Amino acid sequence: MNINLTLIGQTIMFAMFVLFCMKFVWPPLVEAMAARKKAIEDGLKAAELGKEEHALAQKNAEDLIESTKTQAAEIIANADKQANVMIDKAKGTASEEADKIKAHAKSELDQEVVKARNELKNQVSTLVMQGVNSVLEKEVDSKAHKDMLSKLSQSL
Amino acid sequence: MASGELTSGAYIKHHLQNLTYGKFPDGHWGFAESALEAKEMGFMAFHVDTLGFSFILGALFLFFFARAAKRASIDAPSGFQNFVESIIDFIDENVRGSFSGKNPMVAPLALTTFIWIVLMNTMDLVPVDWLPSLAVVLGIDFLKVVPTTDPNATFGMSIGIFILILYYSIKEKGLGGFVGELTLHPFGKWMLPFNFFLEGVNLLAKPVSLALRLFGNMYAGEMIFILIALLPFWIQWSLSLPWAIFHILIVLLQAFIFMTLVIVYMDMAHQKEH
Repeated sequence: MNINLTLIGQTIMFAMFVLFCMKFVWPPLVEAMAARKKAIEDGLKAAELGKEEHALAQKNAEDLIESTKTQAAEIIANADKQANVMIDKAKGTASEEADKIKAHAKSELDQEVVKARNELKNQVSTLVMQGVNSVLEKEVDSKAHKDMLSKLSQSL
Repeated sequence: MASGELTSGAYIKHHLQNLTYGKFPDGHWGFAESALEAKEMGFMAFHVDTLGFSFILGALFLFFFARAAKRASIDAPSGFQNFVESIIDFIDENVRGSFSGKNPMVAPLALTTFIWIVLMNTMDLVPVDWLPSLAVVLGIDFLKVVPTTDPNATFGMSIGIFILILYYSIKEKGLGGFVGELTLHPFGKWMLPFNFFLEGVNLLAKPVSLALRLFGNMYAGEMIFILIALLPFWIQWSLSLPWAIFHILIVLLQAFIFMTLVIVYMDMAHQKEH
């Protein structure tokens, strides 16, 4: 328990240890810890930012999907309408065409009928004329009654 | 281990004697063979065991911490790195809490004092006879294992602290400011001698109390371990185990108190207004 030169030795040793610690131990450790702290903080901030961006992107995507859906529905509705219009139009044209064809056929038929009737009329009047000629050969002047006969054939 | 011829008193004295290398009264240098010879050497002597153990422990501390510092990176720390960083955090928190000035020296100073004292105190938990017995086998007569039970070690540190207190007091307050603080408080300039006496005692009490507190605690703890070691070997554990467990607390507490007071004294040295 004597106080001796050990005292000075210990003091010098202590000073050297503190100096060493101050130069090589404390600063790098504290710097590394501060850098790590900053990195973690930055990372957390970035994560927060990323989360926000993600939410925004999701919202955008949802909006886009929604608008696309409505657009698609519109397009389908338009297509339906157009198809209906086209069908109606086609129907109209078809019936018109049918009417036309019908009218044409009818007029042709009428003409045929008129033609046949006229032919029949002529044949009947000739027949009548022959009959009448053979019956009234002597009494009737064919020339005098020809007008009356043709009038008769006309009224038939 | 008290052998047959050794009395309890001799055993205790043996355990409390440092391995001393010094200048004999007749002028030649050598190891002291007995406590009396060590005493006769006076101031011109070294406690080789105190110097050796404290140097080894301090070097161990700095080696491992410097290695951790070299490996410190921004990546997640693991194992020992983590342990070192938690200590750094703890010291840093204490320094931030107690030290208001700006000095890059205070935190490393606190770290060094804390870890060094913890390691030196921890030597107390090595069973009291192991290393001295080993030393006797190796031909070394005396070996005191715990550096902090040597007042040379504790006063060595506190003198370092005292020099720092004086240096920073003068640097921060100026010589006039420091002298003024010592002489003009607390009773004004008409009570100058009385003030100087009070403040002088206050100033000197800082290193003395630092050194004696640590020394006293560790010396008493060591003494109790030695006394327990005098008991028959089969009963020793029943006392040494509880005391050792309790002593872990003292080991850490004394180191913490020393460190905290160092920080506080440094803070007072840096304070411009009294």
